[in-house]
Amino acid sequence: MGRKLDPTNKVKRGPGRKSRKQKGAETELAKFITDDDTEPKRLSSRGRKRAAKRVQNQGKPKDVAEQPKKGFTDENNKWLKPAKRKRKLEAPESEEDSDEHWEEEEDEEEEQPQQKKDGKEEEEDDEEMVDDYGTQDDGGVDEAAEEESDGDDLLPIERAAKKEKTQKESLTPASDDDDDDDDDDDDDEVKHKSDADTDEEDTVQANIDEEETFRLPGAEENEREGVLPLDLKTIHHRIKDNIDVLCNFSTKREEGKERAEYISLLRKDLCTYYSYNNFLIEKLMDLFPLSELVDFLEANEIHRPVTIRTNTLKTRRRDLAQALINRGVNLDPIGKWSKVGLVIYDSSVPIGATPEYLAGHYMLQGASSFLPVMALSPQEGELVLDMSSAPGGKTTYIAQLMRNTGMIVANDANADRLKSVVGNIHRLGVTNSVVCNYDGRQFPKVMGGFDRVLLDAPCSGTGVIAKDPAVKTSKDEADILRSAHLQKELLLSAIDSVNAESSSGGYLVYCTCSIMVEENEWVVDYALKKRNVKLVPTGLDFGKEGFTRFRERRFHPTLQLTRRFYPHSHNMDGFFVAKFKKFSNVIPTAPPQKEEESTDAAEATTAAGSSEEKTSGSNEKKKKNDISKTGSLKKKKMENSKGKKGLPVGPKKAKIAKMSEETVTGADAKKNAANKKEGSRFEKQAKKRKTPMAAKNRIGKNKFRKLKHMLQKFDKE
Amino acid sequence: MRPLTEEETKTMFEKLSKYIGENIKLLVDRPDGSYCFRLHNDRVYYMSEKILKLATNISRDKLISVGTCFGKFTKTNKFRLHITALDFLAPYAKFKVWVKPGAEQSYLYGNHVLKSGLGRITENTNQYQGVVVYSMADVPLGFGVAAKTTQECRRVDPMSIVVFHQADIGEFIRSEDTLT
Repeated sequence: MGRKLDPTNKVKRGPGRKSRKQKGAETELAKFITDDDTEPKRLSSRGRKRAAKRVQNQGKPKDVAEQPKKGFTDENNKWLKPAKRKRKLEAPESEEDSDEHWEEEEDEEEEQPQQKKDGKEEEEDDEEMVDDYGTQDDGGVDEAAEEESDGDDLLPIERAAKKEKTQKESLTPASDDDDDDDDDDDDDEVKHKSDADTDEEDTVQANIDEEETFRLPGAEENEREGVLPLDLKTIHHRIKDNIDVLCNFSTKREEGKERAEYISLLRKDLCTYYSYNNFLIEKLMDLFPLSELVDFLEANEIHRPVTIRTNTLKTRRRDLAQALINRGVNLDPIGKWSKVGLVIYDSSVPIGATPEYLAGHYMLQGASSFLPVMALSPQEGELVLDMSSAPGGKTTYIAQLMRNTGMIVANDANADRLKSVVGNIHRLGVTNSVVCNYDGRQFPKVMGGFDRVLLDAPCSGTGVIAKDPAVKTSKDEADILRSAHLQKELLLSAIDSVNAESSSGGYLVYCTCSIMVEENEWVVDYALKKRNVKLVPTGLDFGKEGFTRFRERRFHPTLQLTRRFYPHSHNMDGFFVAKFKKFSNVIPTAPPQKEEESTDAAEATTAAGSSEEKTSGSNEKKKKNDISKTGSLKKKKMENSKGKKGLPVGPKKAKIAKMSEETVTGADAKKNAANKKEGSRFEKQAKKRKTPMAAKNRIGKNKFRKLKHMLQKFDKE
Repeated sequence: MRPLTEEETKTMFEKLSKYIGENIKLLVDRPDGSYCFRLHNDRVYYMSEKILKLATNISRDKLISVGTCFGKFTKTNKFRLHITALDFLAPYAKFKVWVKPGAEQSYLYGNHVLKSGLGRITENTNQYQGVVVYSMADVPLGFGVAAKTTQECRRVDPMSIVVFHQADIGEFIRSEDTLT
C-alpha cells in the first residue's frame, strides 16, 4: 500500500494530541511563563499598527517631554535612529513570534550600553521600556508602581485638596515653556511622519503613556477621531487620566498646555462617554468640582432604589413591612431621617400592584419627594396649598402629616395629570382635599390666606436624569431660562397666596428636581428681592447648603439655609429645597424710578443702536456736528424713549434722563444676579450699549483726524 | 356643585343602605362636624362643611374633586357606587365576605368570588344583599352582591359564584381615568 508511505501525508506517531498536551502541560506552562516574562503582550500585527497610530498622536507630546531629558545631541539622534528603524522594518516581516522577539532583545541589548553612557535618566527610561516588554526588572517594577501610586492611589479628598492647590498655581502662565514646546512638537511630527510604520517603538510609547502620564492628543488625532470613533474604554481611561491631571495640575500638567485645553478635551470626552449634550456638561462642570463630576455622571447611569412611603392614615410602618415581607419583598427602613419610608431592594411581586398598595397602605415615592413635605411640616388643622401636586405623592404626605384634618388644596395646571392625583387621594383615604385645575400663576386671584404653601415647581429635571435620560440631550439654555422664568412667576404667586398673619404658619417651601443654579438659587434670590419673605432653616439635617455665590453671581447670604441633594452623595434624586417665611402681606412695590430705568434702558439701547448706524452712515458730516452729536447722543436716546413713553418733555427731561441712565448702569450689575431673564436681557443691553458707544468713539477719532485734514486743506486753499 | 335633589338623595341613600343599612345616619351626623353630599359633574362628593366652603372659591369648570367621591348618577338617573366610597362603606358594613389569600388576586382583577375562594361570610346574609369584601387580613378589597344566601353557600359546589363583583380596589389602577 503506497498510500502509507506518502511523504506529504505524514502520519504522526506516539500518543495522540490530547495526551501529549496533558503530559507536557508543566513544561509548556513553564515555557509559556518564560515567554511571558521576556515578551510583551502580543497584539496582532494589525492591532499593533492600530496601536501605533493611536500612539503616534498621543505619544507626540510625550516625546517632546522626553527628548530634552535624554539630552541626545543631533549627532546622537542620527546614529540612534537607524538601529530603531532596522528593527521596525524587520518587525512586520517577521511572522514568527520567537524571531521577532529575538530581534527585539538584541536591539535592546545593543541600545542599552549606548544609552547607559548617557546618564541616569537614560537608564530609567530604558527600564521603563523593558518593563513594557514584560521583562520586568525589579527596579523597573518598583518605579512604575511608585509612579502610579503617586497619582492613582490618592483619596478623592486628597485629590480635591491638591486640585485646589494646583488651581492656584496653574494661574501663573508658562509662556517660555510654551515656545520651546511648540518647536519640539514640530520636530516630533516630522519625525513621526518619517517613520509611520514604527510599530514596536510606538507600542512601547503607548504603554508608557497610559501608565505614566496623561498627554493631550494633538490636533491630528482630533481630526481622526472625528472620522473613527474611539472605543469607550479608551475614552473612559482618558477621562480618568485627564481628571487626575487636572486635579494635580501643577505637577502633572504637560508643559505648555493650558488648563483650558485639558478641560475642553475632558468636556468632549464626557459628552461622548455619557452621551450628554455640550450645554449640559458645561453646566455640570460649572456646578461640580471635577472629582465629583464623574461621580455624579456615574450616579445618573444607575437607578435610585425604589422607595415607598407608609400611609399612616391606614397602617403603621411595621405592619406594612411585615405584610410586604410576607409577599416576598426585601426591604429596609429608609434611614433615620424618616419614620415612614422604606427602601425596596428586590421584590418577587410588582411593588406597584400588591393588595397593600391598592388598599392605600403605601405610596411609591422617591426619597427626595419626602424632603419638601418634611420641610413644610404642616400642622393639624391648617389650610395648605400644593401648587403643582401631580401625581399626588406630596399632597398625600401632607394629608397624612395633618392626619386628615384641616384642608388641602391640590392644584395642577395639567388636567390629565390630575387624574392620578384624584386616584391617589382616594386610594390613600385622604378626605380633606380639594383638587382643582388652575394655572398656578393665577392662584392668588382664586384664593389666598393659606397657612402653608408647597411649590414643587416644574423644572428641567436635571436632577432626575437617571429617571429620564432624555434630559441629557434635550435641554439647552433656552429651556433652562424658560423654566426659570416660569418658576419665578409661580414662586411669586405662591408667596402671594400665603397668609403672613397666620398664627401657626406663613411658610412656603419651594423645591425643584433640578440642580441648576438658574432654577434654584437664582429664583429664590429673586423672590427674596421681590417679596417680604425670608429664608428659614428647612429642618432637614442633611443635604448640601445652597450656593451663596456661583461664578459671577452673588446671592443673598441666607441662601445657605437652602438645601441641595445629589444622586451621588445622598443616593436620591437631585433636589433643591428652600423654606420661606413670609413676614408681611404687603407686596413691596419697586420704587417707580427703578421700573422706569429698566424700560428706559431697553429703549435706550435700541436708540443707541440706531443712532450708531446713523453715525457710521454719516461719515462725511462735519466734525463739529459729530462732536455735538456724541455729546447729545445720550440725551437724544432718552428723548426718544421718553417721547415714546409720553413722559414730560422739556429742558428737565435731559437731566432726568441722564441721571436715570447712570443709575441704570449701576443697577445693571445688581440685577444680573437677581433676575435671571431680565438680568440676561440687561447684560445684553449693557453689552449692546457699550459696543455702540465704543464704536462711535472710535469712529469719532478717525473722523476727527480726517476732518482735521480736510479742514486744514480747506484753510490752505 | 349643588346639593342633591330629593329624588337624587333617595336614589343614593337606597343604594347606600344596601351595604350599610341604617348606619347611613352615621355618615351625615358625625361628631367631628357636619358632613354633606354635593353633586358635581354628575358625581356625588361627600365632604365636610368646611371644605365645602373652601371649594366654593373654585369655579365649576376648574374644580376636579372635593372630599371623597361616592359614585355617580348614570344617564338613566340610577346611582352607581364607586370604589372610592369603600373607605366609608367598610367601617359600617353590615354584611361582609372574606376571601382566601389565593383568591384575592382574582378578585382584585375584577372577577366574582367563587366558593373555592370564600374564606368567611357573615351569618344570615340574604341573596342579593350588598356585601363588602375583605381579605383574610381584614383589608377591605371592594364590594359586591351576595349571589347566594349563607346557607346555600355551604352546600354549593366550589366553582359556583357566591359574590357578584361590583367594585374592587384594583380599579384604582385599572380605571384611574374614570374615577372622577
